[in-house]
Amino acid sequence: MATTTTPEVLDESPGENPAEHGMSPVTNTGVSNEKLAMWSFLGSECLLFGALISTYFLYRGRSLTGPTPKNIYDIPYTSISSFVLLMSSLTMVLALAAIQRGDHRRLRLWLTATALLGTVFIGGQVYEFTSFIHEGLTMRTNLFGSSFFVLTGFHGVHVTLGIMMLLSLVLMSARGRLPQSKVQVVEIIGLYWHFVDVVWIVIFTVVYLIPSPVAHSTRPLQIR
Amino acid sequence: MAIVLEPPPSTTAPDADKHAGTPAGTPFLRRPHSSEGFWSWVTTVDHKRLGIMYTATGFAFFLLGGIEALLIRLQLARPNGHILSANQYNQVFTMHGTTMVFLVIMPVSVGFANYLVPLQIGARDVAFPRLNAFSYWLFLFGGIFLYSSFLFGGAPNGGWFGYAPNTSIPGYLPGRGSDFWVFGLLLLGIASTAGAVNIVVTTLNMRAPGMTLLKMPIFSWMSLIAQFLTVFAMPVITVALFLVMFDRNFGANFFNPAAGGDPVLWQNLFWLFGHPEVYILILPAMGMVSEVLPVFARKPLFGYPVMVFSGIAIGFMGWGVWIHHMFAVGLGPVAVSAFSVSTMFIAVPTGVKIFNWIGTLWGGSLRLTTPMLFAIGFIVMFTIGGLSGVTHSLSPSDRQQTDTYYVVAHFHYVLFGGSMFGIFGAIYYWFPKAFGRMLNEKLGKIHFWLTFIGFNLTFGPMHILGLQGMPRRIYTYDKSLHLGFWNMVSTVGAFIIMVSLLVCIYNIFVVTPRSPRVSADPWDARTLEWSIPSPPPEYNFAEIPTVHSLDDYWHRKYTEDDEGRLVRLPNYEAVRASSDTNVAAPGQHIHMPSPSYFPIVCSFGLVVAAYGMIMGHTNGANYLVSVVGILITIGGLYAWGLEPSAEPPEEHDGEHGGENAPPQPAHLGASGGTMALDAPSTAALPPGETHEGGTES
Repeated sequence: MATTTTPEVLDESPGENPAEHGMSPVTNTGVSNEKLAMWSFLGSECLLFGALISTYFLYRGRSLTGPTPKNIYDIPYTSISSFVLLMSSLTMVLALAAIQRGDHRRLRLWLTATALLGTVFIGGQVYEFTSFIHEGLTMRTNLFGSSFFVLTGFHGVHVTLGIMMLLSLVLMSARGRLPQSKVQVVEIIGLYWHFVDVVWIVIFTVVYLIPSPVAHSTRPLQIR
Repeated sequence: MAIVLEPPPSTTAPDADKHAGTPAGTPFLRRPHSSEGFWSWVTTVDHKRLGIMYTATGFAFFLLGGIEALLIRLQLARPNGHILSANQYNQVFTMHGTTMVFLVIMPVSVGFANYLVPLQIGARDVAFPRLNAFSYWLFLFGGIFLYSSFLFGGAPNGGWFGYAPNTSIPGYLPGRGSDFWVFGLLLLGIASTAGAVNIVVTTLNMRAPGMTLLKMPIFSWMSLIAQFLTVFAMPVITVALFLVMFDRNFGANFFNPAAGGDPVLWQNLFWLFGHPEVYILILPAMGMVSEVLPVFARKPLFGYPVMVFSGIAIGFMGWGVWIHHMFAVGLGPVAVSAFSVSTMFIAVPTGVKIFNWIGTLWGGSLRLTTPMLFAIGFIVMFTIGGLSGVTHSLSPSDRQQTDTYYVVAHFHYVLFGGSMFGIFGAIYYWFPKAFGRMLNEKLGKIHFWLTFIGFNLTFGPMHILGLQGMPRRIYTYDKSLHLGFWNMVSTVGAFIIMVSLLVCIYNIFVVTPRSPRVSADPWDARTLEWSIPSPPPEYNFAEIPTVHSLDDYWHRKYTEDDEGRLVRLPNYEAVRASSDTNVAAPGQHIHMPSPSYFPIVCSFGLVVAAYGMIMGHTNGANYLVSVVGILITIGGLYAWGLEPSAEPPEEHDGEHGGENAPPQPAHLGASGGTMALDAPSTAALPPGETHEGGTES
């Protein structure tokens, strides 16, 4: 199995390649393939969330009917769940530090904590969605409903996938399949996790904190 | 994981296989290991096989798209045509556009990149071989999914641009075509993004020693830029398609004007993707032409660094011109003027490229082979298309041209006269490398001239028709408009193109297989892929070459004398001959990634999910099918993650012991440099998908 076959390959930094060939110049980025792929993927994700956030921003205050953000948001509640999600970045860093030290027990502890904090956040989102629906806001209600649910829903799906990856790491580690040589796996999934957190900071600011322009207005598109 | 060359065998000959450990197979499927036959193609992760599969599949879709084009031309050949109904016509032109963009030019360009980039940069495979297979299968399934719409109540009929709210409000367009269009494009988007991440990482990380970025062959450069554009453009259309999906399936209001939704948002998102997409389609062809011209002009590419930087400039500026697709929308003078100017600016790096191609030809000793003819045809046709493109940047004249056949003429001159001419040239040029046989030159030249004449007959008159005011996307026109003559000419031209294609197919499938085999370097070419046998062995390079200059292989064969004339080096013949025998020595141990079932399983699950979403449209319970599809994909991803990219060497030895496949040095012993090409894929997550289980290899 991989765990035992190729650890030295994972350890090796590609930057060391040229050294083996004498004076050849560096012909790679010095970042491992997996990490570079994750960075490119996250670049792609930036455009995905960029387009979704732009859509939300464009439609702020342009709903023809209520409810509007003003009479439905519970900012203190969402602030707490945002805080929970941001704390999960801290535990993610602690998990990475643990495996770098070779402390597999703490690695599992912090990974589980990260997944747990993520789950609390998702639970909070489910509760929020449910209460909004009870207050009469669905995807069909108005532009606000459509763009709110799709944007935060996309983010929620990303967090959920992240939780699944974290729990998979915990399981792998428990079965001894995540030796210290594979620290990079934790690092890469950490990159994803931090990215999802950073996106939430933007979403929280744009969606919740910046007050909407006058509701019910039919202002023409900004771009026109 | 990067190719890591283990230290060369020391005198003590350390046992390279010792680290193999227990060969724990995957829990429920035995690892595929055939290297011949049907299953070997289904499970392959070899970039060369996948490249051929991409190109062949793209070519098959090209024929389908071509048949659709012929139907369009038959319908329009005469006034008041009645071969197709209005709805059928809409389906046919929508599928024609969607096919040619997403199922032909994009995948064929990716196919060439797949095949050539590792060979040109001196690598043994791409960074993530299984992800590569996943991209291919998802592309194939996505294409089949789109075409299956003809069987399930009608193909997409909202145009390849799918303008909302026409596509987003159920009932505006008859049939379920728009659903197939949305989900088909989502699948293809995932496939292209995954493929693009793969090629970007491969190019940036896996170049041979000495090959700095400015010693990299120009085709690899242009592919790199195009794949970067794919990485960043695809998510934008993904979002646009998801918004339409939520409107259609779940009653959201994004593009519903009755609820305040704004149809212009769709156009902004679509063209913000759509214009970089134009460069995704043309940049690889520019790279192909830039490879062909120097070989047959026997001169280096004129201004190579300028070519690279103009490509990069196009890549950046391509993001700032999309409004020129929307000049007639009414965005106001500021937006229109700004984008007029940026559109004029982007003609500059493109013009630089054209002058550099001419500079490459200038004073060269030209060999007018088929690839060269197509390359020169590319320059001429693309210049015409580029010039009519500049006329669009002037918004007053653009308003006259919008939605007329003038636009149709323009983009066919850049996409057919440009991209397809480049691709045809590339097929003739690299065919001997991929299959070890030269395509028949005589038939190739007939193919070129028929294509050239047919192409200009088809699309040249469309300029006139457009300026006479013939609108696009109409299924017929009246006799009193006097548009009949040029439409008939155009239709005749389209059939000439089809005849030329039949010549090409006859050449590939009937004549060429009987032709003699060729050497590794039949064209006396310049780049690394010609320094290995034709077709290349599975591991590409027996020994990873060290690169000293741009066009390294050329400089091993030629030099310049004091007066700057080209002279052959004394070892010219020896270098070319050694390319034919550039295979692994007996006993050399090259460890390649193993085939896998899971890429095709994962892509299959996604297609099932897409069908479920379409069925769910009529009955909510059918969304369960989507859940099943997603579960298949997730299961496949776990199995994929838990399976090592390359099986431990011993297992190979055991399983392949009796294979007689061409040089299989991997199994001949444990001495020599062991190549662990290790390529897990956790990191590259297609949008909306994930790959749990982590990097397991």
